[in-house]
Amino acid sequence: MHRGKGLKFVGDSRILAPEAREKKLPKDYSEYPGKTEAFWPNFLLKEWMVGAVFLVGILCLTVAHPAPLERIADPTDTSYIPLPDWYFLFLYQLLKYSYASGPYTVIGAIIIPGLVFGGLLLAPFIDRGPERRPSKRPLATGFMLLALAAITFLTWQSVATHDWAAAERQGKIVEKVDIDKTSEGYQIAKANTCITCHGDSLQGGPAAPALTKTGLSADEIAKIAKNGFKTMPAGVFKGSDEELKKLSEFISGLGK
Amino acid sequence: MLNKLYDWVDERLDITPLWRDIADHEVPEHVNPAHHFSAFVYCFGGMTFFVTVIQILSGMFLTMYYVPDIKNAWESVYYLQNEVAFGKIVRGMHHWGASLVLVMMFLHTLRVFFQGAYKKPRELNWIVGVLIFFVMLGLGFTGYLLPWDMKALFATKVGLQIAESTPFIGSYVKVLLAGHEHIVGAQTLTRFFAIHVFFLPAVLFGLLAAHFIMIRKQGISGPL
Repeated sequence: MHRGKGLKFVGDSRILAPEAREKKLPKDYSEYPGKTEAFWPNFLLKEWMVGAVFLVGILCLTVAHPAPLERIADPTDTSYIPLPDWYFLFLYQLLKYSYASGPYTVIGAIIIPGLVFGGLLLAPFIDRGPERRPSKRPLATGFMLLALAAITFLTWQSVATHDWAAAERQGKIVEKVDIDKTSEGYQIAKANTCITCHGDSLQGGPAAPALTKTGLSADEIAKIAKNGFKTMPAGVFKGSDEELKKLSEFISGLGK
Repeated sequence: MLNKLYDWVDERLDITPLWRDIADHEVPEHVNPAHHFSAFVYCFGGMTFFVTVIQILSGMFLTMYYVPDIKNAWESVYYLQNEVAFGKIVRGMHHWGASLVLVMMFLHTLRVFFQGAYKKPRELNWIVGVLIFFVMLGLGFTGYLLPWDMKALFATKVGLQIAESTPFIGSYVKVLLAGHEHIVGAQTLTRFFAIHVFFLPAVLFGLLAAHFIMIRKQGISGPL
């Protein structure tokens, strides 16, 4: 096969014999020593089989872990803690550090990623030597390992500092339960600041679960209102016993 | 019968070289995992392409149900997820495929990098490959908004803020993507849909074609 002015291939699999190099023509595959295999159909068949196994793996994954869907976007909800998909976490985390955010956002958002991705894009022109082994290219190998370590660290930091329980709560699809806001029970809830954390439709918030469809009995609700539960402090409810009874029966009955 | 049909077309259009150039070549020993198991590192590029094909096919089926407007987008995804037969599987494949394609592409990039396979004469193919990487990240970013749920909306707001912080052109980039200086809403969703479904795939196909043509032209890099 004729190849223009004769490209020089560095470490090309088809250049082995010196005479082939003299002619500046790569050897034909048929002259290549070693156990070559025809792509069509032999090798492709093997690839196809690996692909089939891989596909079954993906299908199992989709059955075991369906794609998540949070509640419909509500731009008015300012308390929502945003989180990008996992492959952008490193960038998201970088922008939390003081010299990469605020007045320095341009450093974290543009300069550092620009240098990293620019370096990646121009790697063949920065790492110009003929050596291909990683050990013979200490700078290229070193910078890539550094970048890998940085991305791993930032992603891990982001995952470790994120409140996953709150994230699950804030995104949950909550079935709307009609609440009679003129009812006595709701008025008591309002008076005792329940709705500050649990939301004005008792739909829950970033720091507190929904009070609809709790599945708890009135007695259990009353106990939590008085003694607190997990992050909820004791003594939030300040009314009389009679009010407590009305309140707990009201909440217990929501969405039943 | 098929042979005759093939011959009939081949006689008129000479189609044999078309597929022979693509399919008729030898796979060298050093990239064949059947001979050296460690050669599995050469599979990541093919895996990336395989998952990309899954993304294209599953995405085509998703658009049969998806409605890109803020009133119906979430409803249509919810319906697809919970009511449509196998909707959960198709959406799941697209969701997990997005992550897998990035993982496979990242591993492929590392293989090529650590083997120094981007060196002369393959510089151009490396550049095209990195551009494919950017396009894939763009597809991930734009696709994340489309279900129009809470995490989608707020992640997009953060992403647009990052785009806005670009010096000089930041605010123009943001308006181009979001359709408005401040509101992330109906315009943003339709624009992201158009970018995700038409613009970026078109760019991707061009780059993939260039990537593969260059591989066939130059052959795979030799053993270390």
